[in-house]
Amino acid sequence: MKDFIIPQFAPGDDRDMGTPARTGAPVTLTIDGFGVTVPEGTSVLRAAAQVGIMVPKLCASDNMEAFGSCRLCVVEIEGRRGTPASCTTPVAEGMVVHTQSGKIKKIRRGVMELYISDHPLDCLTCAANGDCELQDTAGQVGLRDVRYTPGQNHFDPTDTGARSQAEARLRMPVAEANPRYTPKDESNPYFTFDPSKCIVCSRCVRACEEVQGTFALTIEGRGFESKVSAGTATDDFLTSDCVSCGACIQACPTATLQEKSVIEMGTPERSILTTCAYCGVGCTFKAEMNGDELVRMVPYKHGKANRGHSCIKGRFAYGYAQHKDRILKPMIRDTIEEPWREVEWDEALAFAADRMLGLQRKYGRRSVGVITSSRCTNEETYLVQKMARAVFMNNNTDTCARVCHSPTGYGLGKTFGTSAGTQDFDSVEKSDVVMIIGANPTDGHPVFASRLKKRLREGARLIVVDPRRTDIVRSPHVEAAYHLPLRPGTNVAVVTAMAHVIVTEGLVNEAFIRERCDWDEFQYYVDFVSQDRHSPEAMEALTGVPAADLRAAARLYATGGNGAIYYGLGVTEHSQGSTTVMGIANLAMLTGNVGREGVGVNPLRGQNNVQGSCDMGSFPHELPGYRHVKLPDVREIFEKAWGVEIDPEPGLRIPNMLDAAVDGTFKGLYCQGEDILQSDPDTHHVAAGLKAMECVIVHDLFLNETANYAHVFLPGSSFLEKEGTFTNAERRINRVRRVIHPLNGYEDWEVTQLLANAMGANWHYTHASQIMDEIAATTPSFANVSFDLLEEKGSVQWPCNDDAPEGTPTMHVDHFVSGKGHFIVTEYLATDEKSGPRFPLLLTTGRILSQYNVGAQTRRTANVVWHPEDVLEIHPHDAELRGVNEGDWVRLASRAGETTLRATLTDKVAPGVVYTTFHHPATQANVVTTDFSDWATNCPEYKVTAVQVSPSNGPSDWQESYNEQAERSRRILPAAE
Amino acid sequence: MSPEKMIMMANQIASFFDSQPGNAPERIADHLRDYWEPRMRSQLAEYVQAGGAGLKPSVEEAVQHL
Ligand code: SF4
Ligand code: SF4
Ligand code: SF4
Ligand code: FES
Repeated sequence: MKDFIIPQFAPGDDRDMGTPARTGAPVTLTIDGFGVTVPEGTSVLRAAAQVGIMVPKLCASDNMEAFGSCRLCVVEIEGRRGTPASCTTPVAEGMVVHTQSGKIKKIRRGVMELYISDHPLDCLTCAANGDCELQDTAGQVGLRDVRYTPGQNHFDPTDTGARSQAEARLRMPVAEANPRYTPKDESNPYFTFDPSKCIVCSRCVRACEEVQGTFALTIEGRGFESKVSAGTATDDFLTSDCVSCGACIQACPTATLQEKSVIEMGTPERSILTTCAYCGVGCTFKAEMNGDELVRMVPYKHGKANRGHSCIKGRFAYGYAQHKDRILKPMIRDTIEEPWREVEWDEALAFAADRMLGLQRKYGRRSVGVITSSRCTNEETYLVQKMARAVFMNNNTDTCARVCHSPTGYGLGKTFGTSAGTQDFDSVEKSDVVMIIGANPTDGHPVFASRLKKRLREGARLIVVDPRRTDIVRSPHVEAAYHLPLRPGTNVAVVTAMAHVIVTEGLVNEAFIRERCDWDEFQYYVDFVSQDRHSPEAMEALTGVPAADLRAAARLYATGGNGAIYYGLGVTEHSQGSTTVMGIANLAMLTGNVGREGVGVNPLRGQNNVQGSCDMGSFPHELPGYRHVKLPDVREIFEKAWGVEIDPEPGLRIPNMLDAAVDGTFKGLYCQGEDILQSDPDTHHVAAGLKAMECVIVHDLFLNETANYAHVFLPGSSFLEKEGTFTNAERRINRVRRVIHPLNGYEDWEVTQLLANAMGANWHYTHASQIMDEIAATTPSFANVSFDLLEEKGSVQWPCNDDAPEGTPTMHVDHFVSGKGHFIVTEYLATDEKSGPRFPLLLTTGRILSQYNVGAQTRRTANVVWHPEDVLEIHPHDAELRGVNEGDWVRLASRAGETTLRATLTDKVAPGVVYTTFHHPATQANVVTTDFSDWATNCPEYKVTAVQVSPSNGPSDWQESYNEQAERSRRILPAAE
Repeated sequence: MSPEKMIMMANQIASFFDSQPGNAPERIADHLRDYWEPRMRSQLAEYVQAGGAGLKPSVEEAVQHL
C-alpha cells in the first residue's frame, strides 16, 4: 500500500509504478540503455518505471504484490533464457534488460488479442472510456486486429456472435441465451460490477486482501470458467462481506468495477487534493472534477495518513454536501415556538449581534459563550474561540472533544507533557505487539484498521481490551492473541492489573525509566501497583477478565518487541477516563515503549479535526497550544496580537454551560457545526439548558436537532467549499481545498468574521491562510506552519518550528516534552453508575462503519442502506429472560430516560451488557445516558449506563413528543418578497 | 448546577487526589482553580459555608485554599 520511494517525477505525479517499493541495498542495472539504481528486491518492472519506461502490464499494480498472470510485462534479459515477466523478476546487479524487441512485441500482441477476444468492443460508450488500462495497453502494444472468430465468451448476452454488446442488443433485444454471461450487479449504491468486462486479472481480489484486508472477493472456477465472485453464490456485492472501501474499484483496470457517479457524469478531467472530513485518520483524496461538478473522490496515493486507501465514508459518502436539506439562507425567529423566517445575511447578523451584546449587558460578560466544531477547519475553530476571548471577553469556549477525548488531553498532558498521540500511522508497520483498548478501528478508523491488519497478517500480535468482541478480534487472517472482555467501567482496574504483572514479574524497562522518568514518582508508583489487591487474580471478580489471560497479555505487551497502544472512546468516556489514560501512559513508560517508531500511545481521534479543535484553544481553560489562561505570559501574547485583555479565569465547559443555563446565568450560545442535543448525554437536561437560553445561534449545514432550540440559523459550508486545514490523530496538518463554490456564499470562517464584526470586532482576514499565519505567530508548536509550507510538503505533523522545521512524526524521542515522564498512581474507583435490580444491564455505546457520529452527514447519503436505524445488541441469554426475539421493538430505560428501538441478538456482547449506536435522532440513545462524567474533565460517561430492557410495541412518549416539537420547530416561512 | 451534581463532581476530584501523594486539599484546590469556572467555585464555597453536607473532608478543606 505504501510507496516508499517516490520517484523524481513532478510533484503530485501518482502514476502506477507497477509493483511495491522495496528498501534493500542499492542495485544497479541497465534498462533499454539507461542505467538505474534501485533497492534490492525491486522488480524489473518498477525499475523501468523509475527511469520513465512504462512496460505494458495488466495484472500488476504498485499497491499489491506482483502476481505474474497476464504476461504482458515480459522483457528480455541478457544472459537469461526466455521472456520473464518483469513484474515478478527482481533486479540483479549488472543486469541488462530490453523492454522492446520483435519477440516481445509479438508475445504482448498475442496476449492482448486473447484478452480482447473475450471483451466487448463497446469502448466508445463504456463508462471507463479514457480511463481504462485495458484500452491503453491495447494501444501501447499496437493491437490492430482480433483474428479470433466470435466463439464462447462472457460478454454477449445473446450468444449470437456479436462483437459488442451494442451489436448484441440490435441482434436480439430481449433474450439472454449465453450461459456464461452474468448481468451487471448494481446492488451496491455506489458502484457496479459488470462481469462481462472482466479480464480476471484478480487485482480486485488482491486489493481486497492486501490493501483493505476484508477478503470479500474470490476467483471462482478455473481456466476460461474462472470469474470474480463476491461472497457465496447467492450473494451480490451488497449482501457480501464487502465494506465498500473502493480499493477494488481503483485496482480494476477495466470498467468491470466502476463508480456509479462516473457512469452518470462521465470521466473527470481534473482533480484537486483535499482531506476527508469524516474521521480522525484524515485521508488525503483527489476530488476529481468535471467543470465545477464533483465526479468522484479517489484516495491519493501519496497521502501520508492513508497511503492511497480509503473507506466508504470518505470515498463515497460526500453526497450530503448537495443534499436538498441543506439550508442556504440565514434564518431568525424571536422565540423557538415561532417558525423560522428567511432573511438576508445583514439582518441575521445584526439580529444575532444585538441579542448577544444585549445579553451581556443584561446578565454580565460571562453569560454567553461558544462551541467550536471538530468538523470545521483549524482556522475556523481558531476564530470561534477568538470570538469568545476577544469579542465576548470571556473563556466560555468548548468543543465536542469535551465529550470524547478531553481525558486524553488531561491524562497525556499530566504524564507525557503533551495532549496528543505519540506516533504517525506509518509507525504501525514497525510494531510487534499492538494493544487496542476501547476502540473499534474497523468501524471507527477503517483506513488505520486496514494498515494495522496488514501488519498483523505479517505476524504482529494483537491484544484487544473491549467489552464487545469487535470485528478486529477475529476477522479473515487476523486473530487477537488475547481478547480481554472486561466489564464496562473497569478499565482502570484492568490497566493497573497489567502494570502489576509487569512490575511484579520484573518486566520493567529500568534503563528507560532511570533515564527518562521521574525516579521518585516511579518508586511511589511501584509500591502502589505491586500491592496484591491490584493483581489480576484479585481483580478478576470485578473486571470479569480471566487472570491468566490478563497476565499473558501483559507479558506479551512487555516482552513481545515494539509494543504500541491504540485507544478510543471506550477509554475516555468513563468517570475514570482521565485515570485510564494515565494508566495507559504508565504502561508505555514501564516498558520503554515511547519515543521511537513502532511503539507509543495513540488516541484514535473520532472526528476529522478533533485534534485540531483542541490544539486551537477550544477548551475554556486553555489558549491555543494547550497553555492555561492563568499564565500571564501566555495571555500577553494574545493580548498583544488581539489588542484586548484576556480573562484569566477558566470558562464554562459544555455541561457547565447547560447547568448554568438552567440556573439562569448563561443565556447565549454561538454553536458552530455541532449538534449537542443529539450528541451529548442526558438529552432532557441538554434540552432544558438550550430552552433556558435567550439566544442560540446555530451555524450548520442542516437544521440539526440543536437548531430546534435556536433563534438564529447561519448556513454553513461543507468541506468541499472551503480553504483551510484539518489536523488528524497523528497531529498531521492536512490541507483542505476549495473544490466548489460555497453554496451559501461564504466559507465558515467568513461567517464567523461577519458575526464578530457585527459585534464590533473589526477583523480583516481575506483568506484562511492569514488565520494560519496568526496561529503560527502565537503558538510555538505551529511556529513554522504556513499554507506555503503545506503546499510544498503536502502535510506536516506538529510540533513544527525551528527545532523541528519539517514537523515531528514521533514525539518524545530523546526526552518527554515535559522533561521527565511522570508515573501517576491509578486507584480504581467503581463508577456510581451501577447495575441493580431496577436497571440490571449495562449499556455501552459506539458506532458503525457506514455512519458517522450523529449521522447528520451519512444519513443523507446512500450509506443508510447499511444502517437504516440504530439497533440494540443484546446477548441471547438476556433476550430470552425478557422474552425478546430478533428484530423486536424493545424499551430501553435508565434512570435518565427511556427510548425504544429494535433488538438484535448476538454473543458479541457478554451477558449483562447491551450495546447501541447513536447515529439516528429518532432513537435518541442519549435520552438514556446519564450526566455522570469523568472526574477531571467532565467527559460524559457514555460507555456505562445501567439500563433495563423490556418488550415494547412502539415509540416512547418522549420520542413522540420530541418528534412533534422537532417538526413544529422546523417550520420555515419563506423570505418576504 | 444541582447540588447533588456539584457534590458528586467535587467528591470525584477528591477521590483522585486523595489517592495521590502530596497534599490532597491543595491539589484539589489547584484543580478547581484550573478547571472550574468562578461561578462553580462560588457555588461550592457557599455550599461548604452552609455546612457542606455530603462533601468529602478534603473538598471542604480544599475550599479554604480557594
Ligand atoms: S469495495 Fe473494498 S471491501 Fe468491497 S470488495 Fe472492493 S476491496 Fe473488498
Ligand atoms: S473485476 Fe477488474 S480487477 Fe477484478 S479481475 Fe476483473 S478486471 Fe481484474
Ligand atoms: S472516514 Fe476516516 S478512514 Fe474513512 S476515508 Fe475519511 S478519513 Fe479516511
Ligand atoms: S503485469 Fe506482469 S504478468 Fe501481469
